[in-house]
Amino acid sequence: MEVLAETVRWFLDGANWAGRNGIPARLLQHLLLSAVPSVIAAALAIPPALWLAHRRRAEFFANAVVNVGRAVPSFGVVVLLAVFWITRGWDFAFWPLVVALVLLAVPPMFTNAYAGVADVDPALVEAARGMGLTERQVLIDVELPAALPVLLAGVRIAIVQVVATVALGAVVTSRTGGFGVYIVNGFARLRDGGDVVVLAGAILVALLTLATERGFGLVERAVLPRSLPAVHLPAQPPSHG
Amino acid sequence: MIPPAQSAAPFVRWDWIGRHLDDIWEATVEHLTLTGLAVGIGLAISLALSLWSLRSARRFAVVTSVASVLYSLPSLSAFALLVPFFGLTRTTAVVPLVSYTLLILVRNIVTGIRAVDPAVREAAIGMGYTRAALLWRIEMPLALPVIVAGLRIATVTVVGLVTVASLIGYGGLGGLILSGLRRSIIFPTEIVVGTVGAILLAAVLDGALLLLQRLLTPWRRAAQGV
Repeated sequence: MEVLAETVRWFLDGANWAGRNGIPARLLQHLLLSAVPSVIAAALAIPPALWLAHRRRAEFFANAVVNVGRAVPSFGVVVLLAVFWITRGWDFAFWPLVVALVLLAVPPMFTNAYAGVADVDPALVEAARGMGLTERQVLIDVELPAALPVLLAGVRIAIVQVVATVALGAVVTSRTGGFGVYIVNGFARLRDGGDVVVLAGAILVALLTLATERGFGLVERAVLPRSLPAVHLPAQPPSHG
Repeated sequence: MIPPAQSAAPFVRWDWIGRHLDDIWEATVEHLTLTGLAVGIGLAISLALSLWSLRSARRFAVVTSVASVLYSLPSLSAFALLVPFFGLTRTTAVVPLVSYTLLILVRNIVTGIRAVDPAVREAAIGMGYTRAALLWRIEMPLALPVIVAGLRIATVTVVGLVTVASLIGYGGLGGLILSGLRRSIIFPTEIVVGTVGAILLAAVLDGALLLLQRLLTPWRRAAQGV
C-alpha cells in the first residue's frame, strides 16, 4: 500500500498545483473541454428532437440512434477524429476533441428529448389543442415541461459521458485531455514512479465525473417542479470506451 | 514492419487489410475473449446478487447504489485505478469490464422476475412448486426476454469499453486503434479497422443474443423490443 501513501504525497506536493500541467490548469482545461461540446451538442440535438417528436416523425431513426450510439466506441471516435485532423496537417488540440465529444453527446440528448415528448399523455396534448393553443404553444408550453425530467436525464447522461471521455483525448496528445494527461503520462513511465501519477489522475477523473453527476442532479432538482421528480435511467456507459 | 502511410496515401488502404487478416482475426478473438469473460463473470455475479436482493427492497437499494457508483467510473479511470495493484495484467482489464455489467444485469434480472404475472406465480404454488422450482422453472424462463435485453446492452457496452483496455495492453481491436496512432507516422487504416471492427462485433453479438433469446423462448412468437 506504499503507492497509496505516495499518491497522498503527490496531492500534497505544491509542484503538482502549479504551472501548465498543475491540477488547477488541468481542471480548467477539463471543464472547458466538457462545457463547450455539451452546449453545442444540446443546441444541435434537442430542438430537432423536440420538433420531430412533436410531429411524430422519424421514430425508427430515434430508436436507431440509441443503439448505434451505444455500439460506437468513444475511444475510436476520438482517435479517428484526431487522425483525420492530423493527416490533413492540422494541429490536434481543442477543437477536434470538441467535435469528437459533440458526436458522442448528441445521441443520448437526442434520444431522451425525443422519448420525453413522444411519451407525453396524448390526452394532455389534445386538451391543449382543444383550448386553442397553436402547435408551437403545444410544444413549448405543454409537451416540453412534461418531457423535462426525461430530457434532463439525457442531458445529464451525455454530460457525464463527455467529462469521462475528455480524458481519452490525452492518449493523442498531452496538450489536451484535462486530468487524463496524468493517467497517460503515468502509463508512459510506469516502472519509474508513474503508477502514482496514474492513480492520482484516475482519482481526479473519477471525482470530477461523480461531482458532475451529483451537480447536475442538483440542477435537475432545482429546475423540475416537485410533481415531476428527476428520472434515473440506466446511464449510458461512461467514458466509454 | 509495414511502411507507414504517406500523407498523400488514401485514408483506408485495402491492401494493408488484405495482408493483415491474421492480425485482425487475432485482435477480434482477443476482443471476444475479454468480452465473453467480462459478461460471463458479470452474469454469474449479477445472478447471485439478484437472488440475494430479489425479495428485499433494502438489499436491492444497496446493490443498485453500489453498482451505480461502479458504473459511473470512467473506464480509463477504472483501468488506471487497478494498474498500481495488479499491474498490466488481464485482471486489470477484466475487473472494470465486469463492474460495468453489474448495474445493467441486476436491474434487468430483478425487474424481469418481479414483472412475472402474480396469477402465474399463484398457479405454480397451487400446483405444488417449491420456491426453488418456482424460480428456476417458472420465473426465470418468463423473465428471460428482459434478462437477455440486459445481456445485449451489457455486451454491446463491454465491446466498446474493451477498446480502452488497449492502453494496458489488452484491448483486442482497440489495440489496432492504439498501434495505428502510435506509429512514427500515423496509420489511419489500422484505426479505422479497429473502430469499425468493434462496431461490427457489437452488432453481431447483439444479433446473436437476440437470436438466442428467440430460440430459448419459443412461446413468444411476437418480436421483442428492448
